[in-house]
Amino acid sequence: MLLSSIEEFSGQNLYACYQCGKCSAGCPMVEQMDLLPNQVLLLIVRNDESVLDSKTPWICAQCYQCGTICPREVDITKIMEALRSLKLRKNVDYVRMDMMSKDLPTIAMVCAARKYTG
Amino acid sequence: MEIAYYPGCTLKTNAKEFEETAIKAFAKLSITLKELKKWYCCGTVYSLTTDNLMYRLAAIRSLVKAREEGYNKLTTFCSVCHNTLKQANQMAVYDKEAMKKVNSFMDEEAEYDGSVEVIHPLEILKGMKKEIREKVASPLKRKYAAYYGCLLLRPKEVAINQYGNPRVMEELLETLGGEAVNFPFRNECCGSYNIAGDRRAVVERTYRIVGNARKNGASAIINSCPLCSFNLKETQETIRNMRPDFVSLPVYYFTEVMAEALQL
Amino acid sequence: MSEQEASNRLVPIYVFSRKYYVPEGSTIITGLEHAGFKLKKGVGCREGFCGACASLYRLEGDFKLHGGLACQTVVQPEMQIVQIPFTPAPKAIYELDKINPEPNIFVQYYPELYRCVSCNTCTKICPQELQVMDYVQAAIRGDLELTANLSFDCIVCGLCSARCPADITQFNVALLARRLYGKYLTKKSKFLEERTEEILTGKFEDGYKEIISLPPDQLKKRYYERELNFKIT
Repeated sequence: MLLSSIEEFSGQNLYACYQCGKCSAGCPMVEQMDLLPNQVLLLIVRNDESVLDSKTPWICAQCYQCGTICPREVDITKIMEALRSLKLRKNVDYVRMDMMSKDLPTIAMVCAARKYTG
Repeated sequence: MEIAYYPGCTLKTNAKEFEETAIKAFAKLSITLKELKKWYCCGTVYSLTTDNLMYRLAAIRSLVKAREEGYNKLTTFCSVCHNTLKQANQMAVYDKEAMKKVNSFMDEEAEYDGSVEVIHPLEILKGMKKEIREKVASPLKRKYAAYYGCLLLRPKEVAINQYGNPRVMEELLETLGGEAVNFPFRNECCGSYNIAGDRRAVVERTYRIVGNARKNGASAIINSCPLCSFNLKETQETIRNMRPDFVSLPVYYFTEVMAEALQL
Repeated sequence: MSEQEASNRLVPIYVFSRKYYVPEGSTIITGLEHAGFKLKKGVGCREGFCGACASLYRLEGDFKLHGGLACQTVVQPEMQIVQIPFTPAPKAIYELDKINPEPNIFVQYYPELYRCVSCNTCTKICPQELQVMDYVQAAIRGDLELTANLSFDCIVCGLCSARCPADITQFNVALLARRLYGKYLTKKSKFLEERTEEILTGKFEDGYKEIISLPPDQLKKRYYERELNFKIT
């Protein structure tokens, strides 16, 4: 089940979220996201698998802002990582390493390798 | 004084100027940065899933090498390396269960006990204001925006300065004779690795961050991260084409302005 | 036990999990042949140099998977063996004359290189005992010289790439590094360049034609009377 997988991978208690929206308010990447972080959380709690098709976990930049300001100490950063893992561990990569722009610095290549490929 | 130094891959490839100015500036302050004889790519952003210990091996292995060389302190300039090494070290200190597995897998290395402290150079410089002031030969003249990005300050366990109102870089600038502007975007994410995915995300962030820095009076930005530098620099041309009102700002590593002030 | 008796001892090995008895002291190759296998793939120079006979094996009471060259690895009782004659590998196409020895060259030709997690599996399986992980890490940070030097003895057996969880082809990365290092970064030998120039401009043409036309006894005479910088004792 989606919720139990996410709970296991992230180590977070998703039921603690009371949808205050601070995570979405503080998230620097919301403009490119199709679902807000708090919406993603709600869909997971409802075991709604459509959340797995969302762009949001891939736009997440792991800036830790959400987890830091959450009043319920739910670390949404870890939940986003868990969502990415669910896809990557099934051998479904988000990018192709050979299709990356050739001007990228080493640090960007390694980030892409870790976050976008499994 | 000598301190173990972990360069990180990018300081050897795309951010050579960061390393060069860092070594020179610290040497001027009588600190020798001793590069570890063996170190491994830290893996950039830390792996957060509870069970993915494999992705943390590289950081732990580098810390083992530091320990083997007899160091109990390690410094690294790249914000991302610092964040990852420090978080990995905390795992070594607090999660003994995970470390049992890591040590068992890395059986060809010595067991790691979390005994190497990871500190950021800005933390070292914080306590050296007098020494720095004495060596300043050419005080900085510009107004700088000190940009922290995310990973120097978050998560709270690895923050190099208070998360809400960091002051280390501003104080360094003032010690070097320059002026630091106050701008609210200084701890906002640059878009990070989205530069490898959806570049528009980075373009948007750069427009906000650089625009805001300029609006608050800065004529240059300083930072401590090769990824932030790349993002903030390389997307400025795209933004100029899209928004005619955008004015470019140069982006420097904090060690580059140090080198300028210390005349190296 | 006499030598004769020792060479008569047979040890059990498993090939594709079938048991065979082969003489003690055989290598995997000679053991396989003794067991009746006629090897067409997975055998080459038989000297530990060509890299054709890469094999994986497990030993009794040892959970680890070991890698070795079949021609160099002596069989042990209860050894379980399989050969990996070939590892599929991506091969980047490049013209050495047209590329530059930049530190980030691998972004273009072997971008999967940056997936390395420093697990050290490649080093552990390398039959040449090379520091594979170290040279991969050197490549990531653009140190072509170190990559070239550490990978020098690689015989391209393929085991590192077969075991790599990040699907990197270590040996191809090393090959590119060595080629770039050799062509652009290493010291040039001046006398080689000068001599090559002399040959190309025909300085030795007449002398060469003369030697070629000599009958055997004359050739022998010329050989023994040649100028030497040292005495033959």
